[in-house]
Amino acid sequence: MKENRTIKVDYLARVEGEGSLYVKIKDDKVEDVKFKIFEPPRFFEAFLRGREYKEAPDITARICGICPIAYQMGAVTAMENALDMRVNGQLRALRRLIYCGEWIESHVLHVYMLHAPDFLGYEDAIQMAKDYPDAVQRGLRLKKVGNDLMTIVGGREIHPINVRVGGFYKAPDKAKFKALTEELKWAREAAVETVKFVSTLNFPDFERDYEFVALRHPNEYPLFEGRLVSNKGLDIEIKDYEQHFAEEHAKYTNALHSVLKDRGAYFVGPLARYSLNYDRLTPLAQQAAKEAGLGKTCNNPFKSIIVRSVEVVWACEEALRIINEYEKPDKPYVEANPRAAVGCGCSEAPRGICYHRYRLDDNGIILDAKIVPPTSQNQKTIEGDLAEFVPKHLELSDEKLTWQCEQAVRNYDPCISCATHFLKLEIKRE
Amino acid sequence: MSTRTKPKLAVWKFASCDGCQLSLLDCEDELLAVAGAVEIANFQEATRALAKGPYDLSLVEGSITTSHDAERIQKVRKMSKYLITIGACATAGGIQALRNFADVTDFTNYVYASPQYIETLHKSTPISYHVSVDFELRGCPINKMQLVEVLSAFLNGRKPNTPAYGVCVECKLKGTPCVMVAQGTPCMGPVTHAGCGAICPAFDRGCYGCFGPKETANTISLSEQFHKSGVTDEQLVRAYRTYNACSDTFRKEGDAHERK
Repeated sequence: MKENRTIKVDYLARVEGEGSLYVKIKDDKVEDVKFKIFEPPRFFEAFLRGREYKEAPDITARICGICPIAYQMGAVTAMENALDMRVNGQLRALRRLIYCGEWIESHVLHVYMLHAPDFLGYEDAIQMAKDYPDAVQRGLRLKKVGNDLMTIVGGREIHPINVRVGGFYKAPDKAKFKALTEELKWAREAAVETVKFVSTLNFPDFERDYEFVALRHPNEYPLFEGRLVSNKGLDIEIKDYEQHFAEEHAKYTNALHSVLKDRGAYFVGPLARYSLNYDRLTPLAQQAAKEAGLGKTCNNPFKSIIVRSVEVVWACEEALRIINEYEKPDKPYVEANPRAAVGCGCSEAPRGICYHRYRLDDNGIILDAKIVPPTSQNQKTIEGDLAEFVPKHLELSDEKLTWQCEQAVRNYDPCISCATHFLKLEIKRE
Repeated sequence: MSTRTKPKLAVWKFASCDGCQLSLLDCEDELLAVAGAVEIANFQEATRALAKGPYDLSLVEGSITTSHDAERIQKVRKMSKYLITIGACATAGGIQALRNFADVTDFTNYVYASPQYIETLHKSTPISYHVSVDFELRGCPINKMQLVEVLSAFLNGRKPNTPAYGVCVECKLKGTPCVMVAQGTPCMGPVTHAGCGAICPAFDRGCYGCFGPKETANTISLSEQFHKSGVTDEQLVRAYRTYNACSDTFRKEGDAHERK
């Protein structure tokens, strides 16, 4: 018997920000899928106009309380690109270190508190903690290591204050990392345990032929440098982003959809990074992935929970390496000389690439800003997943199907607060 | 086992970055204890489970920027015995209040290619503009230990211990040398509400006022001092217009320098 059904989730839980879900099924076919974002519009690019270049890292951090470093890194690298500055050596290493902290904090939050409860049938991590106390405690302690890293380097975990164009306001003393080193060694083991733990979950049999897009660096797992590449032939410099990607404004959502001009929907985030940069992971992270049953690429978005955990192993190792080699630099930042210029930057936020472009005047005042966060880039792919997933699972009850659809959205760890800040299509000026 | 029912806690989000409610999940050492002391009845960022109101304690994040939200906050107030705002957006309109300084009609047409798709109010307003608020916790973001203190105070029927003095006092308590005196770095610490633990000066940076104005802040005197160290009026306007731009004290001082 053919079915007509409507699945509606008015307020998606365990995502950052306010979104809803709407799937219409007619005669066993999905007629309409909408992943709606009703988070109030936030006007960040407009607020940035008229501000000084050096204010951008603090202002853009406020786009997202969960991944402020992603925005700060996008802003500082774009400004340094505009002002022709090079930030190398220990300053660059410190940036990677604080970013590792954010990856650990954000990924672990999602793995243990937002995503794992779906697989195990709990409404939240606190209920899950009653049956899995050790796992949840491990998650909390691991997340804290990420937050501690951000606090030591950045001053605080949410909206850190120490990141500036050219480097940092103050470079931490090496001694500050001493206590944390032991905890990070524990974290590395705990991250491997996490990979094992999540690999035992039940995954729906679901794969799609995605176009993965991520940064690729000559010899590192990417954070804020490299070329933008895909598994379908894209290989461009960051500055050419806007030539290849466009944005569409759908009526039902307070965020723009990003598409590849030639090919439409694409996929950013852990699965894309992993599948395009497997060879840049450390041996331990590769080993953990292998033992969890992952190949060198992964096309099942439900398995993003494993990939996130593998990236936490990598981030703990990278953090340990940086701390081990750290020597406090003589000067905490490179001097900036404002000039009229355009600059762009792109960084790998925990949820995927985040692109920034700024145009400055002679005094370093921002004339134009454009920021493309990861969630808006994944929006179209999320809808595509639902359109394919639902017809294969029509045997499920409404309640179960709804929950699985929610889970399919949470695969992307969508950050809806981020996605709404760039509602506008274009700023026109004379 | 106690037969007393646990107080019901709800967390509500309006226009915001999610950072202040994340502070609750960032209390890694305290979270399970908090979850044991209260019933988490509504916290969408953390759980699918929803319990109906009324609620004993509501934490409200974000500012009011849509007519839908202006109605929603009324409902939240009616369902809540105590309503506490968390963070600069809920307490002072937040960074969203930067729109309040723009010419509204021009602003909308200027920024939006398809303004007909968008529903937003001309101003971003704090929660207290719409309903009565029992306590306001400052900060962009809030300090998570202050959040635990406020929760504990309300659950035990006492007044939260969150001093309204300036950031300067926190620097003195920490033993951080004054960056304005020692390095000539402009610092908003003298007019800014304590609570962060004076982080910026400890990192050789001037405070940028993310906790908003302290009690009886002398902004006129601070602005004079800023002028002496070469800060222009334009820069002063920007300094007062960040994350607490529509708090009374900062708004007036910013406006005064814009007129110059």
